[in-house]
Amino acid sequence: MFLKFVLAILTVIAGIGAALVIFWLLNKLAELLPGRWEDRVKPFLYILPAAAAIILYLIYPSVLTVINSFKDNFSRNWVGTKNYTDLFSSEDFRQTLFNTLLWILIVPAITVALGLMVAVLADRLSARSEKTAKTVIFLPMAISMIGAATIWRFVYDAAPKGVTQIGLLNAIGGFFGADPVQWLQTQTFHLNSLLLMVILIWLQVGFSMVLLSAAVKGVPVDTLEAARIDGANERQIFTRVILPQIKGTLITVFITVTIGVMKIFDIVYVNTNGNFNTNVLGNEFYNQISTFVNYGKASAIVVILMVAVIPIMWYQVRHFKAEEANA
Amino acid sequence: MTDTAAIPTTTKQPRKAAASFDANPAKAGWLTKVVLVLLCVLWMIPLLGTFVTSLRTLDDVNSSGWWHAFTPSGIRALTLENYHNALSGKGMGQAFINSLAITLPATFIPILIAAVAAYAFTFMEFWGRDVLFLTIVSLLVVPNYVAFIPINKIYRDAGISGTFPAVWLAHIGFGMSLAIYILRNYMATLPRTVIESAKIDGASHFQTFYKLILPMSVPALASFAIFQFLWVWNDLLTALVFLGPGDKEPVTVNLTHFKTQLGQGWELTTAGGFLTMIIPIIVFLSLQRFFVRGLTAGAVKG
Repeated sequence: MFLKFVLAILTVIAGIGAALVIFWLLNKLAELLPGRWEDRVKPFLYILPAAAAIILYLIYPSVLTVINSFKDNFSRNWVGTKNYTDLFSSEDFRQTLFNTLLWILIVPAITVALGLMVAVLADRLSARSEKTAKTVIFLPMAISMIGAATIWRFVYDAAPKGVTQIGLLNAIGGFFGADPVQWLQTQTFHLNSLLLMVILIWLQVGFSMVLLSAAVKGVPVDTLEAARIDGANERQIFTRVILPQIKGTLITVFITVTIGVMKIFDIVYVNTNGNFNTNVLGNEFYNQISTFVNYGKASAIVVILMVAVIPIMWYQVRHFKAEEANA
Repeated sequence: MTDTAAIPTTTKQPRKAAASFDANPAKAGWLTKVVLVLLCVLWMIPLLGTFVTSLRTLDDVNSSGWWHAFTPSGIRALTLENYHNALSGKGMGQAFINSLAITLPATFIPILIAAVAAYAFTFMEFWGRDVLFLTIVSLLVVPNYVAFIPINKIYRDAGISGTFPAVWLAHIGFGMSLAIYILRNYMATLPRTVIESAKIDGASHFQTFYKLILPMSVPALASFAIFQFLWVWNDLLTALVFLGPGDKEPVTVNLTHFKTQLGQGWELTTAGGFLTMIIPIIVFLSLQRFFVRGLTAGAVKG
């Protein structure tokens, strides 16, 4: 046991040490080059390790995925666009697309709004209360998906009428005389999808709060004081001084959450496995691989996701260009 | 309440928030406090329920809601047995050390690599910079699981399947695009004049990065460190694919044995789940102090 602990620590040091040595060597290498070439080569050496990791773990598998999306279920023969036409002609898949769209429209907006609200409001509390409030909101981020699934089981659980309810929602309903509701099977107005979204929002608000809080605290105090001296009220200070200065972080968080939502898989998989019209693209991808063993269709789904992110990227680029033009 | 900002309730409503803000700009008014307390209570209820459940016997869990534990007879029935069972004989201690050995390098190495790359993307001019950065951003949407099959094949060919470095490298690769994205966005907001003046003073890129940009980026670095740590610590799929169950398994994989080995295991899962939460919470609390006000205050804003 002790030996294993020492070994674990040693591997940690070796791993971090190796990374440091690589950078030191790369920098030395660049400095050996004559002046003009040093400046030209250095940027590429700086991004080399990152690029290598990305090429191996993301680009190579992505390219493989695009190729496989035009092949059959075992990636042997070319089938043209059959995987795509099959997907889009299925009513179930169109519903899955619509559900994913609902997630994308609802979750990021609420997550960012709640995160910003907590970040700004908690900033006004005493240091100790701020820490407590932020810790409470952040706590769910520390929970693994197995944990979260177990936790929300105790909220949404439904037993037959007349039996003691161990799910919180139905117990509260029962207290007021309502019949138990099978929450995760209720499709009216996509109620079950919305309840699954609540779980993700519960998990993610901590993420947006921490990043936005760092940004809010990074707003130079002198700009706030200048606004106060000029007679601005706190609401004006928020909308005209704080918001413009944290806009960059705000957009970053929004896009990060959106992209996470597009890939959402575990919550749906663990709770309903896409049944009762809660299916989303991430879960459908997993089903195509594990249940139907169809790599062609699974790959096509990922390609659809990659195409769907293009508008977000385009917006992001425009935002950057505008910001850099101002600087 | 001795709160000086508190204003007696009147019939005029929506303006209230602004009014209390005006009265005491730096401090919270009563509305702020009520909203925050409400949110915190809502956030804690599911957690509290699970915690109480982790202290109850399986029979109790299945026969009554967790809030029944607050009755006198319910309190007497509470037990630490689930924690005892989760810790003893299930190898959770070893799994904790494994989790640390996986998570620490998988957190620190990508930060280092990403910070250097983000510096190059933000402050250096080079051919193809924007295209490269765009490629990285677009890769954010690629789900990790796409890589599992091809990478596992490479690992088997290289003979590193089932080792810690195999998992580190995978997490470094998966976390890299988000790390560069977050750090580059943060660095872009840093005052350019500070970097310009460092250049005029004759500082090299390496010195500027090491002495100026890195310390100034601490909030973003700490933020990403927290998230990467949590993702790796709570990750189940990557560990299952590249390490598998065995003597190198992390806590998440260890937790999955609770159900299969004992059949009815969710009262143990709740206890085990709480044990695995301890370290992420310590990490968050200890890194929280880096988010201090005024880190960039005083510096010239561009």
